[in-house]
Amino acid sequence: MSSIKTKSSFGVAQVILFLSIAILVIVVAFPVLLILFNAFWVNDEFNFAGALEIIKEPQTFQALKNSLIIATGTTIGSTIVGTFFAWLVTRTDLPHKTFMKSMFLVPFMLPSFIGALAWKMLLSPNAGFINQFFIQHLGFTGPIFNIYSYIGISTVEVMYLFPFVFIQVCGALERMDPTLEESARISGAGLFTITRKITIPLVMPSILSGALLIMLYSMAHFGTVAVLGIENGIYNIPTLIYERIHQSGGSFDAIRTGTVLATVLVISAAIIIYAQRKILGSGHYQIIGGKSFRPMELKLRGLRMPLMIFCLAYIAFTIVLPTVVIFLVGSLKTYGLAFTFDNLSLDNYKFILFDYKVTRDAIFNSVTLGFTAAIITMFAGVMISYVIVKMKVRGKGILEFLGMLPFSVPGSVIALGVILAWSGQFGINLYNTVWIILVAYIARYMAFSLKANSAALEQVHDSLVEASRACGATMWQSLRDIVLPLVRPGMLAAFFLIFLPSLRELTVSIMLYAPTTRTIGVAIYTLNEDGETVISAALAGIALIIIILGQSVINHFTKKAGV
Amino acid sequence: MSYVRLVNVTKRFGDVTAVNSLNFEIGKGECFSMLGPSGCGKTTTLRMVAGFEDLSDGEVWVGDRLLSSPKKNHYLPPEKRNFGMVFQAFAVWPHLSVYENVAFPLRIRKLPDSEIDQRTKEALKATNLLSAANESPDFLSGGGKQRVALARALAINPDVMLLDEPLSSLDPHLREEMRFEIKELQQKYGFSIIYVTHDQSEAMALSDRILVMKLGVVQQIDTPLNIYNHPANQFVFSFIGLSNFLKAIPQDGHVILPDQSEAVPMTLKPPDSLRDAALLSLASRPSEIDFTHMEDPAGLHGIVSRKAFLGEIIDYQIKVGDQVLRVQKGRRDPGPEPGAVCAIHFLRPFWYKEK
Repeated sequence: MSSIKTKSSFGVAQVILFLSIAILVIVVAFPVLLILFNAFWVNDEFNFAGALEIIKEPQTFQALKNSLIIATGTTIGSTIVGTFFAWLVTRTDLPHKTFMKSMFLVPFMLPSFIGALAWKMLLSPNAGFINQFFIQHLGFTGPIFNIYSYIGISTVEVMYLFPFVFIQVCGALERMDPTLEESARISGAGLFTITRKITIPLVMPSILSGALLIMLYSMAHFGTVAVLGIENGIYNIPTLIYERIHQSGGSFDAIRTGTVLATVLVISAAIIIYAQRKILGSGHYQIIGGKSFRPMELKLRGLRMPLMIFCLAYIAFTIVLPTVVIFLVGSLKTYGLAFTFDNLSLDNYKFILFDYKVTRDAIFNSVTLGFTAAIITMFAGVMISYVIVKMKVRGKGILEFLGMLPFSVPGSVIALGVILAWSGQFGINLYNTVWIILVAYIARYMAFSLKANSAALEQVHDSLVEASRACGATMWQSLRDIVLPLVRPGMLAAFFLIFLPSLRELTVSIMLYAPTTRTIGVAIYTLNEDGETVISAALAGIALIIIILGQSVINHFTKKAGV
Repeated sequence: MSYVRLVNVTKRFGDVTAVNSLNFEIGKGECFSMLGPSGCGKTTTLRMVAGFEDLSDGEVWVGDRLLSSPKKNHYLPPEKRNFGMVFQAFAVWPHLSVYENVAFPLRIRKLPDSEIDQRTKEALKATNLLSAANESPDFLSGGGKQRVALARALAINPDVMLLDEPLSSLDPHLREEMRFEIKELQQKYGFSIIYVTHDQSEAMALSDRILVMKLGVVQQIDTPLNIYNHPANQFVFSFIGLSNFLKAIPQDGHVILPDQSEAVPMTLKPPDSLRDAALLSLASRPSEIDFTHMEDPAGLHGIVSRKAFLGEIIDYQIKVGDQVLRVQKGRRDPGPEPGAVCAIHFLRPFWYKEK
């Protein structure tokens, strides 16, 4: 048996493994470690009490509480809304269900901070259009709703986050074996009892896992709170980190507070991810059926029309209205003018696309950054996923652990981490350049790439490669000719999953931008902060158009590929 | 005597008639199977009896209780019909223990706790599940899960049990075992069974009567023996058991082969009613063909093109002109070798008109 060459293939595997580990360490693990290190290591000694002191400071403690309050409200609201709509479109005879379903997924692609901007215009206590309307025309003495509040912030977040629960529960309800419910029915249970005792418990893992995703997202969410909260002094963890770093220009105290807050975020994210895995692991019932009879549809009877009108009203109010407001305000000559034909024009759009350097730069930056980050992350993701899913090599455990990191590190933590890592302390100073944003984007979107690529790779059965080897192909040839073509859809998915969101990215770029390296998100946000409401809305409108166009291109391609 | 009654039951999906004017009656304690290829309407029929599908026309009765009648605008929902039902994919609830699965229909009926416990345990005992009562059904094998489903259906002591291909998700050897368990439970409790299957041996082994269906139309309703021995038409003949069809053209009260390669024995006569047909099929079962000596006037000549040893039986392929027949003989029966010219004799020929 001495003729078998194990050495050369061993070498190749080691190289790939080493490269994969190196990428994840440099991009994700090292910055996160620096945060933990800075949070607890002061003046050359471990200082846990100091970190606690910082948490106890009124302002930081309040931010922690706020993050929790907003996240809890958002999670409960989104879970109820998402589950209810999922049940409506999969289990009842609601009219136009397919249309409703696709509309409920639209908030997925809309950036929530642009939505928050729209709601600010509509419902800010004094200047909001809706509040003004009620005060001026209906005799109200004060605003009917103050969007600058916990409820306001949570409500806006629910509008943009409920699809996480919606899509998970829809999937579970659609895949569920209808006979599970039919057998309860023949046992004598009515539809209400079945929903309560059979359907809901069976899809509970999906509901909970969606809810936890929302919790994670909301805890670390920057945009909505930044737009709606700061006005009224409501800070959550990411907005306070931003505020401190931004105000102090990187002083030691600010960095320290930032790292402690970031540590809290990392820990809560880890707990949430752990809980989610636990739920999906233990309680994920085998409820997928063999025979596919249509599941029972609850006849809504008298409620059919009212519920349809309710759904349409929800869509009109939460999706159409804010979008229309953005475009209308973006067309105004000056903010505050009435929406009359004379006051509206396309001049603002022309201005920001062709004349205004700030916005032109921002669009250029976002597109090039998004494209580059998507390409790099796509290829790195394929390689790392390949090692995790397919290769049997020693030391893979480290990579599996590192591979989970990108999923649990929130954007603001990544931003703070790359500041610590790439500001010159370790020989390389990328601060205030576009490269630091690129590095942060790669770290932020690695999770998407890993997910899409490992899903694609899991579909490629080992025997396909073995068959190719048996035909005489080398490992490299098999990878090139068999594996790569088969995972191409996954890679394409990864590319778009990164490119589109990065066009509207705010959380990371806001911490890292310099005057010449604004992204679209930063430009919208800062213009709005500077009172350039009209220009900011116009840019938001352009961003929405780019995002919707991009999404249609993806839909077109995925439909063509039959995915 | 009739207990379940289907009168002119019809189901249309758009332009397609899935079940066409079905009429049958089932007695109390009878095991009645619906047999047919997939898409023949048997499952749809069962689901109409259960109440999961509306009827387009007709009526379903149990005893003197009308369950469905679109004409009278009457429809009793499944949960009020008091049937036991077992599905192909088990449909055992993974979030409840075995015990709670079986107790579920009793709890829905709001029976007193002591009675729930007693009847649940009885159903578990009847299905040999008592020891697994507190386990999650996820840990049971396919057979175990199907037993839970059976116990759940038994718990309410139904008069009618609806079984929708209950055994087709199981391994072959387990399938046979469960078949007899179901039969035993039926004899013990005396419920009627409506059994849907595409497996003819399952239907034969279990049923008092079998309904054979094709494209929504009843082909024959009869005892297993009669279905096998006296098939109503060519479809039933071909669907039950193995079958051969030899094409032949009527001529002067006898038949000739279409290619006239061999002389058909004078003893092989079609019935008088079919003498005017343009083309006939001589139907036979492979086991009901004998080899005979070459001079036998009742023998049809052919060539052995293949001989396969299948264990208990030997399977021959005989070429008669350009047509092929299958013959099966016991393994001890010495038969001709491949390539040999042979003569065969049909023990029980059936004749059908070819369309």
